Amino acid sequence: MRCDFADSLLQGYFDGELSGRRAAEFERHLRHCGHCATELVDLDLMRDRLQLAQLYEPATAELRRKINAPLHPIAATTVESWPLLWHWLAAAAALLFVAIILVTVGQGVHTDDYQAELAEEIVDAHVRSLQPGHMNGIASTDASVVKGWLEGRARFAVPVRDFANEGFALKGGRVDVIEGRAVAVLVYERNEHPINIFIWPTRERDSPARTGSRQRFQWVDWRKGKMEFCAVSDAGAVDLEQLHQLMNSSA
Amino acid sequence: MNDFDAEDRLRFEQLVLPHVDAAFNLARWLLRRRADAEDVAQEALLRSYRFFRGFHGGDARAWLLQIVRNTCYTWLEKNRPMELSMEFDEELHLQTCATPETLAVAGDDRKRLTLALETLPPRFREILVLRELEGCFYKEIAAITAIPIGTVMSSLSRARRQLYSALANSSQGACS
Repeated sequence: MRCDFADSLLQGYFDGELSGRRAAEFERHLRHCGHCATELVDLDLMRDRLQLAQLYEPATAELRRKINAPLHPIAATTVESWPLLWHWLAAAAALLFVAIILVTVGQGVHTDDYQAELAEEIVDAHVRSLQPGHMNGIASTDASVVKGWLEGRARFAVPVRDFANEGFALKGGRVDVIEGRAVAVLVYERNEHPINIFIWPTRERDSPARTGSRQRFQWVDWRKGKMEFCAVSDAGAVDLEQLHQLMNSSA
Repeated sequence: MNDFDAEDRLRFEQLVLPHVDAAFNLARWLLRRRADAEDVAQEALLRSYRFFRGFHGGDARAWLLQIVRNTCYTWLEKNRPMELSMEFDEELHLQTCATPETLAVAGDDRKRLTLALETLPPRFREILVLRELEGCFYKEIAAITAIPIGTVMSSLSRARRQLYSALANSSQGACS
């Protein structure tokens, strides 16, 4: 035999979901109802049984990896046939990570965590930028073509100018992903040294250039007009500074 | 999804990713097969990532589980539509419960409970999983399964009765 209270209140009482008033009402009923008392014991036994059986199935490491992949795009593709330029750009992207991380999160982070994270990010960036799908760019010396191409993909206005007369020839552009955001990349060439300028919107105020180097690469980072720019190259620091000035005067 | 800024990604990682286990567990119990559950959980996570900007705070687990559940049901509709119209049928259950195979695998209680849960219709199975395995409050269950909070209690009551029944049948050890 079932009782009316069993359906309406017993589950909620057992799960601790009744208001104080209704719980008290049910407890008054419970004193006289052997059925509900037994039912509660059964529910409790079943709960223990379900817990003991360890039915909960957590995600496997493999699934976590798959879920994380789009957040930190990593490719394990082979790159033998990839053109030399892309190899260089990959190294530049990795270097850029050093620059950004040094500048933005370097302070106040525990050294071990920071270094582990840094190493990871650099490897990620390096491998990722070798991925064919990520390095699709446009090769063009026409600033308006490059600008149109970039803006269709980056979703923000990108200042693009060719400085061939000043010795910095525009070679093209592409879109990369840095720390989860789309970043426009302009590719210039200076005395046969490629220069990448990574560009993305920022909420920060304008800032003068900060510079640094890692291995054989130099970088210059600055903000202007709610945009952040980071130029990376194995061309000299003087060349990068000159390009920075050109970009700033044209923006 | 490349237009996500770092801040969004960080929020997603902090709010949603801690619930990947919950997502997989729900998918596993709704779909019953681990391989399918992995695919669908992954799809649901991608979907949640894509629509993360539509999440304006609140209970991230409930929000994610709602997406997982909807993705599971869509998947079932497409791939195993019969299961959605499945009703808990004690007669049918009695006839099919105790094949030699099911008896053999029902050796330990975990397997017995798993089998019993899996004979329940998805809508009752999910409510038990959310309450007993995931420890959700009624309010959360109501949000995840899109039923009124008052219905949660009566559905749980039915689901628990069905589970008892399924277990009683499987432990009888023989079919009529």
